[in-house]
Amino acid sequence: MKISENQLLRFTTAGSVDDGKSTLIGRLLFDSKAIFEDQLEAVEKTSKKKGHEGVDLALFTDGLKDEREQGITIDVAYRYFTTPKRKFIIADTPGHIQYTRNMVTGASTANAALILIDARHGVVEQTKRHAFIASLLQIPHLVVCINKMDLVDFSEEVYNTIITQFEEFSSKLYIKDIRFLPISALLGDNVVNRSENMDWFQGAPLLYTLENIHISSDINKIDARFPVQTVLRPQSEDFLDYRGYAGRVASGIFRPNDEVAVMPSGFTSKIKSIDTFGGEIDKAFAPMSVSITLEDDIDASRGDMIVKVNNKPETEQEFSAMICWLNNETAKNRAKYTVMHTSNQQTAMIKSVLYKIDINTYNRNEEDKDLNMNDIARVTIRTTRRLMVDKYRHNRNTGSFILVDNVSNETVAAGMIL
Amino acid sequence: MSKYYLNYLDELESEAIYILREVWAQFENPVILFSGGKDSILVTHLAKKAFYPSKIPFPLMHVDTGHNFPETIQFRDDLIEKFDAQLIVGSVQESIDQGRVAEEKGKNATRNSLQITTLLDAIESNKVDCAIGGGRRDEEKARAKERFFSHRDDFGQWDPKNQRPELWNILNGKHFEGEHFRAFPISNWTEMDVWNYIKRENIQIPSLYFAHDREVVWRNNSWIPVSEYLKLEENEEIVTKKIRFRTLGDITITGGMESDADTLEKIVLEVSAMKQTERGNRSDDKRSETAMEDRKRQGYF
Repeated sequence: MKISENQLLRFTTAGSVDDGKSTLIGRLLFDSKAIFEDQLEAVEKTSKKKGHEGVDLALFTDGLKDEREQGITIDVAYRYFTTPKRKFIIADTPGHIQYTRNMVTGASTANAALILIDARHGVVEQTKRHAFIASLLQIPHLVVCINKMDLVDFSEEVYNTIITQFEEFSSKLYIKDIRFLPISALLGDNVVNRSENMDWFQGAPLLYTLENIHISSDINKIDARFPVQTVLRPQSEDFLDYRGYAGRVASGIFRPNDEVAVMPSGFTSKIKSIDTFGGEIDKAFAPMSVSITLEDDIDASRGDMIVKVNNKPETEQEFSAMICWLNNETAKNRAKYTVMHTSNQQTAMIKSVLYKIDINTYNRNEEDKDLNMNDIARVTIRTTRRLMVDKYRHNRNTGSFILVDNVSNETVAAGMIL
Repeated sequence: MSKYYLNYLDELESEAIYILREVWAQFENPVILFSGGKDSILVTHLAKKAFYPSKIPFPLMHVDTGHNFPETIQFRDDLIEKFDAQLIVGSVQESIDQGRVAEEKGKNATRNSLQITTLLDAIESNKVDCAIGGGRRDEEKARAKERFFSHRDDFGQWDPKNQRPELWNILNGKHFEGEHFRAFPISNWTEMDVWNYIKRENIQIPSLYFAHDREVVWRNNSWIPVSEYLKLEENEEIVTKKIRFRTLGDITITGGMESDADTLEKIVLEVSAMKQTERGNRSDDKRSETAMEDRKRQGYF
């Protein structure tokens, strides 16, 4: 296959200060040669200053001034590397409890999640938290790396015990694809190269796994959804009557001559053409940005959604959702927020909080209903006008929304429609 | 069998087009920050694609330090004509003349950080509520934490610890009067992606990126071009070398590298074998470990 046909894989990593997450990312970047000489020199210098022996791979992921001073990651950081097979985007998120919001953010766009477990400690509270978020955000693939195998004598028994521990609680979650890998990020075992210390492990190393996970099927190709972002009306001589609905396909496949409906009005028409700068095309699927023209003069605008006549989303004014609260200010009871959903936005309120979930034990709490930063809760949302929604489980693009505070304009919650 | 997935360059392009359209839909008065470098040229090109067959709906805003490569200005003017776009120029020289900023002194003086004031003044006086930039997260560690839609307070400042979380592809551009946003449609592109795309699409870029003969002096580990602003130090000697520039900034601070790469194919090959980061030849980033973060907090590009 030509390099120019390579796909993009976005994955998220979550871990705490000591489980070797930064070292693992440093190792992936270093072994895939994504590190430049001047970056290496800077890290060598800092390693020496800090009194480390050799190069401290973790320093490659060092971010902002405050983070370096405190030695912890505060915010999501994005890193990039490319192999002959794929381009990768890592959303590197901190793992401590107060940063659930960052994990949720990193997970929202990921095709895969890496969870690190320290082989000496096995499954800890944090592991359950990370797995829960991966499941909540419906990350299609989960790769559980049991790290620091060098510190447990590369023991197969330790590895198997941890897998059993993990499976005990993960059976309560909804994750489609889980794989386990014994690694040593520090020494490089099973990261890029196969481990020589663990003959008993027959699986592929981490990088090979990431390069070969099948991701094309993760996109919903059944339910055709096209949220209109803006209308293109050039009104130039050559395009006098042109009226193109510009947007990015959220899911499904559109073709010229498809019978479509414009929601919420429900007016029907046929697709006349699907246009790009490069010319007309014969099909559009997610996540392509195109513009669609219709046979009939229908008044559609931003916030409307073009769908197939025989497969429409639900139009709801009230729906259940799981939300993650992202703001320092506690949610205000029955206060008005703006819900942003696809290209649509409406005034909304949290009508009721059913329960909060303890992400360490997965227990429901129906007593305490105050939504504070990092809380995850099941709620009912009511909007002033109907939204065109799908269940998040079936459609990550049309099943997700954010709530924006009307006073501060801040993004205060991330929601997944049930 | 027909395929139903995009390759990585198409996916990056589609993402950038989506972001540019969101900017247009969510803001009143957006501009593209245009420097004449390859990244802002790429953003302009993507804007053309995003709104075709309409014209690019954003003016291009150039913060002119006065210390330009003449080739950059020529290129800018040609591009404006080609796309039939509007140009807004913010002049650092005017900011100096008006006493808004003072010229740095000494051998390594540059107008780099003076641009911040001119940029913020131009944003304010043109009532710009969103400035679209060609910043990429792979460029620098502070930029790795940027959002697609990055909020600035009414002093134009960036607060990296208090950024709005950005989930899925829902972009929150809500803002109060006086505040503005920066939007970064090519956040997820790497230097290599940019070059591969420029090659694939055959996008025109200034001749400075291609190997050419030029009078230069060796300073701070790179070839600094001779210009009217260059003051020769003792022991410095003007030589003619075949060089090209990997990034473009002011003529006073942009170092060239020796190269024979005079076609896009050769540049792509050369960049893929590169052992130093892109900004390694930029003396503005060498000032301290957090040079970029410090400038960004104040309102830099």
